[in-house]
Amino acid sequence: MSDLKRAFLEGGHALAEAAIQAGCRFYCGYPMTPSTEVLEYMARRMPEVGGVCVNVESELEGINMVWGATGAGVRSMIASTTNGMSLMQESLSEMVLGRIPAVIVNMGRGQGDYNMCTRGGGHGSNPAIVLAPSSGPEAVETAYRAFHLAEKWRHPVMIFGDFLLSHTSETVTFEPPEDTLGPLPDKDWATDGARGRPPRLLTSLGMRITDAPDGSPLPDAQTRTDVTAPMRLAVQRHEEIAAAEIRVETHWLEDAELVVSAFGVPARFAQYAARLARDEGMKIGFVRPYTLLPFPAETFRRVAERGLPIAVFENNAGQMVQDVRLAVEGRAPVHFIGGISMDSSGFGVGPHIDALHILQRLREVYATRNAA
Amino acid sequence: MATEMQKVFTRSPLLGTNTHSLCPGCGEPNAIRVLMENIEEMEERENTICVLGIGCYTAFAALMEIDCQQAMHGRAPAQATGVKRVLPDRLVFTLQGDGDMVTEGIQEVIHAASRGEKITAVCLNNAAFGETGGHMTATSVVGQKTKSTLGGRDPEVHGHPIRLPEMLQGFEGVAYVARGTVHTPVGVKKTKKLLRAALETQRRGLGFGLVEIVTMCPTGWFVPTADGPRFQEEHLLPIFPVGELKRPAGLDV
Repeated sequence: MSDLKRAFLEGGHALAEAAIQAGCRFYCGYPMTPSTEVLEYMARRMPEVGGVCVNVESELEGINMVWGATGAGVRSMIASTTNGMSLMQESLSEMVLGRIPAVIVNMGRGQGDYNMCTRGGGHGSNPAIVLAPSSGPEAVETAYRAFHLAEKWRHPVMIFGDFLLSHTSETVTFEPPEDTLGPLPDKDWATDGARGRPPRLLTSLGMRITDAPDGSPLPDAQTRTDVTAPMRLAVQRHEEIAAAEIRVETHWLEDAELVVSAFGVPARFAQYAARLARDEGMKIGFVRPYTLLPFPAETFRRVAERGLPIAVFENNAGQMVQDVRLAVEGRAPVHFIGGISMDSSGFGVGPHIDALHILQRLREVYATRNAA
Repeated sequence: MATEMQKVFTRSPLLGTNTHSLCPGCGEPNAIRVLMENIEEMEERENTICVLGIGCYTAFAALMEIDCQQAMHGRAPAQATGVKRVLPDRLVFTLQGDGDMVTEGIQEVIHAASRGEKITAVCLNNAAFGETGGHMTATSVVGQKTKSTLGGRDPEVHGHPIRLPEMLQGFEGVAYVARGTVHTPVGVKKTKKLLRAALETQRRGLGFGLVEIVTMCPTGWFVPTADGPRFQEEHLLPIFPVGELKRPAGLDV
């Protein structure tokens, strides 16, 4: 099992296995559908690889355990669901400021956590990097990438999935993607006992800064406190991340007269609906943001500069559509064709997650595309 | 005849050279000093990680010459659990106040204790939110005047103080529980021994340890600086009696 290379697994299990193969050795979770399967898998697998899995007493405790374990220099992950993510928000926000490179998985109920994930739901609005895989194989790839990006930027990374991602079984291959194979910076921040080196302080409060505001070193081992430094550095980091890490999947943009956009597993339904629409002769393009933060605004801007209308499908009341509107800045009409769609379980799978439903909405928007 | 001077006291080298900004009369620096002296004497400087909560004592993160993590208010026992589980051979302790550990974060400390995490939780209990300027915590004593209990803590309205050591001593995962004080020189010396026993309990992997240290906060108690020890003696120590509540069999320190 330790050298598992290819398997037919539920997305939640596949993501957990990939995390372990990426070197994750601390996991904790509080059971909640649809993230429970990650916990179940980790409870079985972590002891086999000498790692730790803790069934925590609350998500609040869990996120802070991950903070501690990551801060000690060990790759660590927590998975939760929607409400559990709400409970973690204070720590998540502060982990961005404190530069704790943990991986946080939100297997949400529907896609209503888009804003919470991409804005940072806690104080100060300090978001992680947010990745939205749309399949089991991509969830596997994303697990490797999440740990890589977290340490590359020393910034938390969130993986945002849903019930369909967690519960759909697909064949997956455990192979780190090429972009994760490069060298990473030394963990010169890890607090693992000051063995043969000066002590370190891992803090989000800007304490023990060793250089002056102009960057010159302070004399005689003096230190200073600047509580705004972590905030300013986070803003700067987000700009650098946005310049380097945006990933987006596009299809059929060349001849498109209408572009449909969606993220996560619902994007596969939207892509299929677009294909069906093209079979009917409608020239529909497709854009799937994979990095929700940083958001691929430039892709939408280029579409909008051609005056193409954009239809956004999400399983929520309309959240990513706001980012699309910000990206196009009024250059093109943006239609929301999603909505909250749940069956009685409330887990986020409902009648709108259906290519034929999306196809019908595309027909309606397409018919009016030149009306403006 | 020349007298040879003997050095009888020095600042622990683990407290660095920076200054702290805590109030005159505060008990917290006394407690932290003996804590750091223990780590030095146990030769654990390069093996220790401290997880600090949020309170006046957080300022000591800029002084302590050991690896430190700062935690969110109340969450240090969970964070320390994460550290200890991945680095089981290190000495891991939390440094929290009563507002942090008993008021905001009682869930974290209770669960860490019940899991028997092999960490040491240190609670600096001054029965008030000192950093905010003197407000009620879960350990403020009945009758204690704070900015949020203007007529004194009234059990009918504000409930009763929580005695965390007494509460946790019966937990199976808890190996060592004690309460010390730093309002007298003898108290400081005894507290140092309690902390040593708690850290030794952890070093031997025997289970969770808690040391509550009653500390003066004349600022938060609205008494003159020099009256801190007297106020503590009269009002706090009857509610928070000093001593060891639980100690592992065979612990010889």
